[in-house]
Amino acid sequence: MNMQQSITVRGKDRYKSGVMEYKRMGYWEPNYEPKDTDVIALFRVTPQDGVDPTEACAAVAGESSTATWTVVWTDRLTAAEKYRAKCYRVDPVPNSPGSYFAYIAYDLDLFEPGSIANLTASIIGNVFGFKPLKALRLEDMRLPVAYVKTFQGPATGIVVERERLDKFGRPLLGATVKPKLGLSGRNYGRVVYEALKGGLDFTKDDENINSQPFMHWRERFLYCMEAVNRAQAATGEIKGTYLNVTAGTMEDMYERAEFANEIGSNIIMIDLVIGYTAIQSMAKWARKHNMILHLHRAGHSTYTRQRSHGVSFRVIAKWMRLAGVDHIHAGTVVGKLEGDPKTTRGFYDICREDFNPLQLEHGVFFDQNWASLNKLMPVASGGIHAGQMHQLLDHLGEDVVLQFGGGTIGHPKGIQAGATANRVALEAMILARNEGRDYVHEGPEILAKAAQTCTPLREALDVWKDVTFNYESTDAPDFVPTPSMAV
Amino acid sequence: MRVTQGCFSFLPDLTDDQIAAQVQYCLDKGFAVNIEFTDDPHPRNTYWDMWGLPMFDLRDAAGIMKELADCRRVYGDRYIRISGFDSSHGWESVRISFIVNRPREEPGFRLDRQESVGRNIRYATHSYAAARPEGERYADQ
Repeated sequence: MNMQQSITVRGKDRYKSGVMEYKRMGYWEPNYEPKDTDVIALFRVTPQDGVDPTEACAAVAGESSTATWTVVWTDRLTAAEKYRAKCYRVDPVPNSPGSYFAYIAYDLDLFEPGSIANLTASIIGNVFGFKPLKALRLEDMRLPVAYVKTFQGPATGIVVERERLDKFGRPLLGATVKPKLGLSGRNYGRVVYEALKGGLDFTKDDENINSQPFMHWRERFLYCMEAVNRAQAATGEIKGTYLNVTAGTMEDMYERAEFANEIGSNIIMIDLVIGYTAIQSMAKWARKHNMILHLHRAGHSTYTRQRSHGVSFRVIAKWMRLAGVDHIHAGTVVGKLEGDPKTTRGFYDICREDFNPLQLEHGVFFDQNWASLNKLMPVASGGIHAGQMHQLLDHLGEDVVLQFGGGTIGHPKGIQAGATANRVALEAMILARNEGRDYVHEGPEILAKAAQTCTPLREALDVWKDVTFNYESTDAPDFVPTPSMAV
Repeated sequence: MRVTQGCFSFLPDLTDDQIAAQVQYCLDKGFAVNIEFTDDPHPRNTYWDMWGLPMFDLRDAAGIMKELADCRRVYGDRYIRISGFDSSHGWESVRISFIVNRPREEPGFRLDRQESVGRNIRYATHSYAAARPEGERYADQ
């Protein structure tokens, strides 16, 4: 319980013309108890030198809700106290002098139902450029059930995706076609065919493969479907390839998506850079057309990676679950891209669980109830290979797509061999795990044993045996096991 | 060819001990184990025939292995799969599925193409085994 008193000016004095501190205008309410229906945001606030932390945090509440820089009498035409966001708690960030965690509650009526655009226009709008702050980061959000229920959620969801693909009990396997740029449609389809026939479930367009001079989109789509169908007949298994429908306009995206549907693809993909509204539109389209919707998080690192400023990826993951995509790249831990193990675990839980308990060591600041919204399949991609299978399974679990791009296509004996190596490594690891073996520690041994009857796996293990990406993480959670006192 | 549906098709065929260990895993997780068989392994053939109901109340791997042995005695020339069903809220579907029996020869599938306008092709996957009536598909084996 907070011992501090509200210093909000009440009555007639509150509306005297002129400038008033945010913390006196009603944006700092230390005794406010958030309602079950409030949206709560947790910001990391770094005030400019000399700015009072409480005032800075109150200003964030104000600037992300009703305030402007001066008192306006027109507030009195509204139920202003309801609409003011209320900062109710400010904690110093552990081991990070000059930064504060600000908990801010927003009344549900501030937001249009079912619109990420509207939510974000408030929460990450003007306030991020506010001069009295050096830096500002949105760390986490608690989305009330009443708000969650206004969103469609993932078009397909993990369970139905697995049912459609008839694949259960193991991570799915994918690969991004490489080189990223320059292949003709015909050559591109070759890579898809080889990878799928060799044992992968999916192949994937890269984020910047749209419709370029070397390969226009129809060309790619048609050859890819030839490859998918050939591989399906060769293996008796359902296969898919994420056809990237990202384009310059919604009209173009719909045209590409319709075509993908017409030629029998079971999955399409979009990039995060198309924007929240476009993503929600495509999610609606995907639900309507029984299409799995893959999201490549292109661009996110420009604002998710630095601890001091931007938006945490855990918030993006929450927004994307609401927005309705079925797949989202969420980190590998062991691969080439940013990913502290515990932080990544937090992202995966947000995608896959129906309830996320507060867990500060995972960077999860709030209990979050997803109210049966479909589950979102995380995708691990970037610098991973078969020799890491035990670590991947340990860190990421079973409901994940493991994407080995280089780790498939770079195999010395070719793409099919690369795909087979990955699939055999995976199946051997699942078998061992289910048998109750200590697969994390015995991993290399389990792989070596499987390689005795699988030459491609042996070759893969030889080529990539020493490849790791051990760099310090830039985005690890800041927490102390017991909550610190409010300032 | 080798049909690669299910969790372990890329590994050498599982021994009965290995199958029993996977069944035990299902039981430990609280899944209901189900035995199904088919003579048409088309990738879109969702509903294989059930060897009785899913074994919701059988909590003993040896009992399930006996059911599997019985199923093999009758349908040993067909595909048989074991699946674990998780009825907990939010999943309510299959959690694991793997093939435990195959016909000696797997004839595989033919891909039919019907050329259409604009270079579009309608694909159809045709199971060679299904050329014969149900029940007679692997009669030579």
